[in-house]
Formats: sequence, C-alpha cells, structure tokens
Amino acid sequence: MRTVVMRPREWAHPSPPVHREVLSATPEESPRSAPPVLFVPGYGHGAWAYAEHWLEHTAGRGFPAYAMSLRGFGASGSTPKPRFADYVHDVTQVAASLPRQAVIVGHGAGALVVAQAMARYPARAGVLVSPVFGGPGAAFGQLRANPAGTLPALFGGAVRLRRTHLFSRQLQGSVSQGYHQRLDRIPGAAARHLVRRRTPERPVGNPPLLVVGSPDDRLVSRTTLERVARDNGGAPLLFPGMGHDLMLDARWQEPIDAILDWLEKPDA
Amino acid sequence: MAYDSGQDDLAPVATIWRNGEPVYDRGETVCVIGAGGSGLAAVKNLREQGFGVDCYERETGVGGAWNWRHDRSPVYASTHLISSKPFTQFPDFPMPDDWPDYPHHSRLLAYFERYADHFALREHIWFGTEVIRVEPAEDPAGGPPRWDVTIRGARGGAPRTTRYAAVVVANGHNWSPKLPSYDGLEEYRGKVLHAGQYKDGTQLRGKKVLVVGAGNTGCDIAVEAAQQATKCWHSTRRGYWYSPKYALGRPVDQVNDQMLALRLPLKLRQWIFKRTMKLTVGDLTRFGLPAPDHQPYETHPIVNSQLVYYVGHGGIEPVPDVKRFDRHEVELTDGRVIEPDLVIMATGYLPRFEFLAPELLATDQEGRPRLTLQLLAPTYPTLAVAGLVQPDSAIFTIVHWQTVVMARWLRLLDTAPDRAMALWRAMQAGGDRRYTQVKLKDSTRHWFEVSHVDYLRALEKTLHEIEADA
Repeated sequence: MRTVVMRPREWAHPSPPVHREVLSATPEESPRSAPPVLFVPGYGHGAWAYAEHWLEHTAGRGFPAYAMSLRGFGASGSTPKPRFADYVHDVTQVAASLPRQAVIVGHGAGALVVAQAMARYPARAGVLVSPVFGGPGAAFGQLRANPAGTLPALFGGAVRLRRTHLFSRQLQGSVSQGYHQRLDRIPGAAARHLVRRRTPERPVGNPPLLVVGSPDDRLVSRTTLERVARDNGGAPLLFPGMGHDLMLDARWQEPIDAILDWLEKPDA
Repeated sequence: MAYDSGQDDLAPVATIWRNGEPVYDRGETVCVIGAGGSGLAAVKNLREQGFGVDCYERETGVGGAWNWRHDRSPVYASTHLISSKPFTQFPDFPMPDDWPDYPHHSRLLAYFERYADHFALREHIWFGTEVIRVEPAEDPAGGPPRWDVTIRGARGGAPRTTRYAAVVVANGHNWSPKLPSYDGLEEYRGKVLHAGQYKDGTQLRGKKVLVVGAGNTGCDIAVEAAQQATKCWHSTRRGYWYSPKYALGRPVDQVNDQMLALRLPLKLRQWIFKRTMKLTVGDLTRFGLPAPDHQPYETHPIVNSQLVYYVGHGGIEPVPDVKRFDRHEVELTDGRVIEPDLVIMATGYLPRFEFLAPELLATDQEGRPRLTLQLLAPTYPTLAVAGLVQPDSAIFTIVHWQTVVMARWLRLLDTAPDRAMALWRAMQAGGDRRYTQVKLKDSTRHWFEVSHVDYLRALEKTLHEIEADA
C-alpha cells in the first residue's frame, strides 16, 4: 500500500466541527516515558464503556488515559448525516489535542475508525480490539442473527445491537442489561458503510499494531481477527469465552492487562 | 515498543581535523537548520524514519517567522492566515476544530509550540545557536559526501564544527528584505520602512501613508492604513485579481480545492473565478483600480476581502508605480505628485543562505537557487532545502510532505544506495521543473511559486517511487 498525499475531497469538505466528550484518568505517578492512551469506542458505545473499568485501570498502571465518544454517540454532540470520514476526523482531533504522541485503542467498528485515523495521525502504537472491518459475510450474518435490529438499516433506519452478542453469560444479567440500555442506535449510513469489507490505508510512521479479540465473539469471527492481525504482520491475542465487549465483560481485566504489558515491552 | 527518547551519544570524540580545527563526527545524525514550521516538520519526520537529529536555531524559541518575538519575524499585529485551516495545518496534526477558518498569527505560534511538545522535538533543538558554515566533506568509507557544519552561539562564542550525514536547510525565505532602487530615494526626507519593520497600526496613525506593493502584505497594510492613517495611497505596478476570503458560502480556497478535486480544466476554473468576481465585486476599474493584465491564477493569489471595500469607501486611493522620489514628494508614473510622510515598501523578501557556497545550490546570478523537485540540491544528494516554495495555498502541508520525501529518501540511501542514487539521477534529469499550471509573470516574486496540487502530486509520485519495492 502506498502513501496517500492527495486528499482533495477532505481539503474541500472539512468535517463539520462538533463538541466531543473526552473523559480522562491521570495516574498518580507516571514514568516519564509512558505515553497517553486514547480509547475509542465502537458504534453505539460512548466513552462510558471504557470509564467502567479500563480507564482507571490504565491510569493505575501509570499511563495517562483518555476515552472519547465519536459524534452522535455518548455525550458528544452530533451533526446531520455523519460520514465515516467525520468519525476519523474526531479521532485525529482528539489524538492531536493530547499533550504527547498517543497510543490509540479502538474497539469494534471504532477499530476501523482508529486504523483509518492512523493513516493520518502518527500514533505511538495502535491496538484494535474485536475489530469490525465490515464485509458482506459479516453483514449477512448480522442480518440473520439479529433481523429485528439490523433490517431497519436497509430502509434508512438505525441499527440496534443485541445484548447476547456483546456480553458472555458470565456477566450478570442485570449488569449487562444496564449496559445494553445505555447503547445508542447506530445510524443506518454508518452500518451500511460496513457492508463492504474495508481495508484501512497504511498507517503513517510505522507504529506497532496489536489485535485483541475473543474467538467466541458473535460479531467478529476468529478468521476476521486473524486476517486483520496478519495484514499487520502478526497474530491476534485471544481471550476465549468472552463476548464482543471485552472492556465490559466479566473478565475485563485480562485483555487490558495484556494490552498494557504489550505497551511496556521494550520493542513490540 | 520503545519509549527511549532516542537521545544519541552527545559527547563524541574529535578524531577528524579540518584546517587545523577539530571536527566532531555525529555519524548518521542529520542536521536541520532552523526550528520554524519547516524545521520542526523536518525534525519530526526525520525522527520518524529513525534518524538522530541535531537542529540549530538562532533564536530561543520555535516558530521562526511566525514567532513575533524573533528579530527576523515579519509578522505584524494583525497578521492572519490567508489560507483556511484544512490546507494550512500539518496533515498529521490537525488544528483544533474550534479555531476559526483563518487563524491569527499568535495561534499559529501556539500550534507550532504544541507540535514541538506533542512529538517531543525540543530535546533535539539547540536554541540560541547559529550556523555559520556548511561545507561538504568526503566520506572516508566512500559513501555519499558528508557535511561539516560550523556553529556558534547566536550572541558570540567560539565556533565548533560537527560532521553530519546530511543537512536539511530550513532557514526561511521571508526575512531578508528586498528593496527596489528608486531615483532620489536617498534624498527623500520622509520615513521609509520595509514591511518587515511594520508591526502595528499605531505606526500609521495620523500619517499620510504610501504603501508600495500589492502582495498580500501590501494589501493588508493598505487596509490598516485605511483604518488608521489620515491618507493612504496604494501603489501597484499592475492590476490584480483580489480574491475574497469567502465565496459561495465557504472559505475560497476550499471552493478552489473542490474544483481541483473535480479536476475541472484551468480555463473553466478561470471562467468560474471571473464569473464569481463579476457577480460579487464587479468591475474593478470602476473603483479606479487598474484592470488585471493577466488571467486569474497567473500570479500569486491575493486574498483580501477588505481592500476593494476600502477602495470603494475612499479609504485607499489606488495609484500606479512610483517613478522617483524627491526631498518631500513622490512622483508617480502617471505624472501625479503626492506628499506622503511615511512610505512602506511591501516589496517582498529574497532568500539568503550565507552559510552555503552559492554553487552548492546552483544559485544563479540573480540569487535564485535551482533545486531539484524544489527541494534537493542538484550538487550533492544529501543536501536539501525545505520550505523554499511559495504555494498558491499554505506552506505547511507541503513542507510536511517535502520532509517526508527527504527522510524516506535518506533512509533508502542507507538501505539501498544503488537504487537511491539511480532515483536521484532520474530526478536530476527533470531539472528545476516549475510545478505550475500556468505561465507565471516573471518576477522574483514568483521564483518559488508552485501550484499546490501539481507540486504535491509530484511529491506523491516521488514517494511512490521510493516505496516501489522497499
């Protein structure tokens, strides 16, 4: 893949500005070298999904931690008819506003947004958690597994995710129900964008990349995890038995510890 | 991944001697001259390719021309950008969404300071250090030539020479005033300032002011004179197209980029430009301004919504070129005589590289360097000048990609020297091509003019060639 210099469409049509929600947790003492970590949620989720566990945990291990909401989700403002490029813009804006060069962690479709943002902003490192990179197979699978939630998207409506797709049985029913109620609907256009398989552009600045997921994720197949990891020259880090939302599921601590261990390694 | 700061060994031992003085070898480290917008981009992009970098900056802060505290800064209190954000920013470090379309110069300085902190660039910059000499040196191992860079404290001190693998010159080209010569200028008793010395409107208050030059600076100062001075004449050599800052509801450069994105032919874009001007401002000669003697896009664009407005309100009186000066008077080419107390020469700047032998940049008689790809020295493969372009848009997106090309090319020179040199020779064959779509009016003003679209396409092509099978 080659470097893209010309982006006339983005120059001519900059994304409309919007208020963005950014939550943060500051470590009590941070080694001078620890980079900030920016968490980007997937569609339907907001910064709150990370604020439950991962944000504080990351700060507790010495990394300045930030979680944001894409436009139209969580407490961020919304603009009419958001484009995929607008989500990418949201991530580069927040990343560039951090005091130092950041590590970016993206979840679900947010991982695709992060991967595309990394083709613009030179991240310190990237982590793709349960990445949803789209594709007809996955889209059709969704339609079959969750017809009530997905069908409206075909007619311009919004998508609603199913609770059993996001969380494992280990998570208490009342807790997962609470999380599920906090989800926002996903604009149909954002969902339809994922019908085709999306390959993000090459990241700038050669950052190391890690793919994390669960083989028992009902939204992202193991083959997808392996393909995305292979495209970036590695193998995925797998956490069997967990649902799609690794940061909210019962065993949330295992993946985040693995991610932070990877970041602490001298040369990942 | 590694978080080490990449600080190389800072105390090398002198083992080489040149003219009886020790030379400290910094190995594969690259030297960057200047920590303005261009220098900062060079430091960042070289670091990103894994190079050690020493950047020398004669001032004590970053930002170069955009830092108003600097001696050589040409900015005045009201300086705003004339290109809108999406094309002004470094493409990998967007300006904040909540900034206006056309930020003020103080914001640009804040932007550079944040860029330097975000990418931890300051630890590679030696502030208060001036480069006095850059000379090629043969590599004993037979590789590409190296560079002996002699530095000195900006306020004096003993010189010291260090050897580098490559040099990126980013000393800016808007600080050495170009002053045309006029008959009788020595006898003239009024005050004459170059625009570089103009700082704010109080210098104009209560004066009769003549502003010479219709660059963007000249037009800005004429507008300020219309607001502050008792009288303002604005002398221009020819008629120009004065593009407003907004058209069709958007910043005008975004409209232009839209047309370029659609790949509309030049003739059609010129027609649309003229049509839009006609529907908004109308016939400029009605205001006493000379009619443009060229098509739109054939000179460096002037982006100023207020100039025509103030001409229309009588605040600015357009006059032709200056013929000669007298003790108290200025005679114009149409025979008119005016009596200003203050003359501001917004006549531009010339590039200066006093630390480099002119032949290294193939500088011609008039002082114009002839660079390959408007970037690389034609003499040695490891010398580049970043930011020596005057685009029809802002410079920082362009400088970013220039320095990426330089860093990637130096990396290729390291890993595949044969392929790198073949590529370099191929680029040399292209000569100092001009990256413009139209034939420009010939003048020092257009020495470094490039069309941002043509030029970026050329840089992109070069990048793809470097990436071809690397």
